[in-house]
Amino acid sequence: MVYFLCFIIFSIGLYCILVKRNLIKIIIGLIIIEYSVNLVFILFGYRFAGRAPILAAGQTIKNMVDPLPQALVLTAIVIGLATTALLIAIAMRIYDRYKTFDITEIRRLKG
Amino acid sequence: MNIVPLFVVVPLGTAFLISLLGKRTKGLPDILANSGTLLLTVLSVGAIFLVKGAGVQVYKVGGWIPPIGISMVLDGLSSFMLVTVNLTAFLITIFSISYMEKYTAKWKFYTLFMLMLGGMNGVIITGDMFNLFVFLEIAAIASYALVAFGIEKEELEASFKYMVVGELASLFILLGIALLYSFTSTLNMADMGRVLIADGPGKLVPFVSVLFLVGFGIKAAIMPFHAWLADAHPSAPAPISAMLSGLLIKVLGIYALMRIFFNVLGIAPSILNILLTLGTISMVAGGLLAIGQSDIKRMLAYSSISQIGYIVLALGIATPLALLGAIFHLFNHAIFKSLLFLNSGAIEYSTGTRDLRQMGGLNARMPLTGTTSLIGSMSISGIPPLGGFWSKLIIVFAAIKSGHTILGLIAILVSIITLGYYLKLQRYAFLGSLKDKWKGVLEVPFTMKLSMVMLALICIATGALLLPGIREVFLKMAQDALSIGQDYAAVTFESIK
Amino acid sequence: MIKEHKGMTLIVKTITRLTVGLILLYGIYIVLHGHLTPGGGFAGGVIIALSFIHLMLAFGREVALKKVSRPIAGLFESIGAVMFLAIAIFGFVGGYFFLNFFVDKGTPFNLFSSGIIPLCNIAISLKVGAGLFAIFTALVLLKVKSKGEK
Repeated sequence: MVYFLCFIIFSIGLYCILVKRNLIKIIIGLIIIEYSVNLVFILFGYRFAGRAPILAAGQTIKNMVDPLPQALVLTAIVIGLATTALLIAIAMRIYDRYKTFDITEIRRLKG
Repeated sequence: MNIVPLFVVVPLGTAFLISLLGKRTKGLPDILANSGTLLLTVLSVGAIFLVKGAGVQVYKVGGWIPPIGISMVLDGLSSFMLVTVNLTAFLITIFSISYMEKYTAKWKFYTLFMLMLGGMNGVIITGDMFNLFVFLEIAAIASYALVAFGIEKEELEASFKYMVVGELASLFILLGIALLYSFTSTLNMADMGRVLIADGPGKLVPFVSVLFLVGFGIKAAIMPFHAWLADAHPSAPAPISAMLSGLLIKVLGIYALMRIFFNVLGIAPSILNILLTLGTISMVAGGLLAIGQSDIKRMLAYSSISQIGYIVLALGIATPLALLGAIFHLFNHAIFKSLLFLNSGAIEYSTGTRDLRQMGGLNARMPLTGTTSLIGSMSISGIPPLGGFWSKLIIVFAAIKSGHTILGLIAILVSIITLGYYLKLQRYAFLGSLKDKWKGVLEVPFTMKLSMVMLALICIATGALLLPGIREVFLKMAQDALSIGQDYAAVTFESIK
Repeated sequence: MIKEHKGMTLIVKTITRLTVGLILLYGIYIVLHGHLTPGGGFAGGVIIALSFIHLMLAFGREVALKKVSRPIAGLFESIGAVMFLAIAIFGFVGGYFFLNFFVDKGTPFNLFSSGIIPLCNIAISLKVGAGLFAIFTALVLLKVKSKGEK
């Protein structure tokens, strides 16, 4: 059920990329997809009524959620940050050159 | 001291040193980058003999024993890929000493270049699924930035397109890795393979296979996912085009595809059929699209799609002979496609245009570029003594031998098409009478010549790799690593002890 | 008052002046306790960068850039990366890349323990903090430049 919600988020992002014509909206679509994938990954590591996997003094290691997906998703978020920054920088440069964000007007390449 | 982690340490270290020191000292970035890639080339040749002598090497990062810790695995296939990547990268860095003079921030270029190289080496050498994703992203992000390096309109647009498509591919791959982790509860590739053998593929593996096929298919620019390549590769500066077309699509796409499908997931007949179909489509369509192009780099980019089609086709046949052909063609393509892109860069450097119709008779003014380009073109279209002929011959042979006669014939036909558009390139650019406006064109500087000549020599010599004795060391080991299939897990765990 | 025109209103500036140091300290705390509590190099680095970005938002970019100019941010970023790599390479002393080369691993829940992990955290925080700040300033300066061209 929860995975289905993630799938809906994924679809929203995909729709955003495919249909929207504004560069910024495309970037937002990418970010939405990225978060849905991250959410799925986190949920795979979840255990019902699990605790945060933090070891504190005098605590037993019992019924913790899987910490590995959390570490991996953190890495994925960092990568996502780098990509988003680069995307936005390039989008700003494109605006600088073309004076528009509309992808139907940005058509120098014929491919 | 073990040399395995150096393949990641050296390029990353060089990249950060260049970014730290390169801004102030002129000339230092050149020296650092070239010595770095030279060192890597020497090390990767050493790695081949290491694997030959001592078998598969597993390196335990931080001393943690796999599957708990991250491991780096050096086997036949990865040592072969390391040689391909680092040798080509070394020759390309030699080329870029002079070529990149016309851009302002050379140290930025070298930093990104070495980051990309580090990412690619990491993808090749890692034995951990998530690490593969991280290194893949490092290489990909560096390449996005490099495509936009010239910050002109076309380059920015191409880079944006490339980035959106490439990011989507990465997210598909990440989703696939997440699903695999939930199924096997491990990230080590060897351990994953072992769990998958023990539990059977289940219903999840076909789904994950499709995700990986889409993800790595986009990265490799197989036909339905090819649209970004024809924009992104021509827009980058010439050394980067050579790097992207010659290496990046192979390492990020084909190598990861091979490793994951053959060694980890276990290849299913349905996947093989998909690979056969996609390979044939991209082979034919890439070739046909290339004919009509008048921009020299765009033609080369479409030709890359076509040649990638050959490799994927051979992977789809999946007999040992076909795998040998795929690996050999991969090496050949890395060499001659880099050479041709460097040639186009040399033409652009001297004349300032990429339009084939405006050129003509350049052989008179740039004989060396003309000759090396002729060698490259002949090799890619499969003219007998050159390397490209042998790899295509093996692929066609394997296709006919395994009963895919029609596909073999199509491969020959596409080879003729390839010859056609490369003759067009030669005819328009180098042969014929010299146009008046190119009377004053000069041949390119020495380092660019050196790099092109060395690539052309390798192009001529690659046929020798098939000779018995040399084949056992270089190609056979890589092919063996692929054809053992899911025994990869057993072999890897054997060498940990 | 010419100074008032740059940045935001007096209220924001006063609050910023009071809190920015605390934010910076909190970031450093998170970095140094990364091996004991949730957080670590990345989170701490982000908070450190946020303190400078906060300064830039409130007072305008000149004030923040006077404190940390872009070349210095780039320098710190490279130093962080090289330091992290150096820690990794020092692992070779014990035979393995990234080896936790202190023989004494220390005791759990103690600040000065766990070998190389705090050092790695500091390196990462330098890299992340400086990198994030550099990204932000790059975007801000780019925007200003393009407006100037109009």
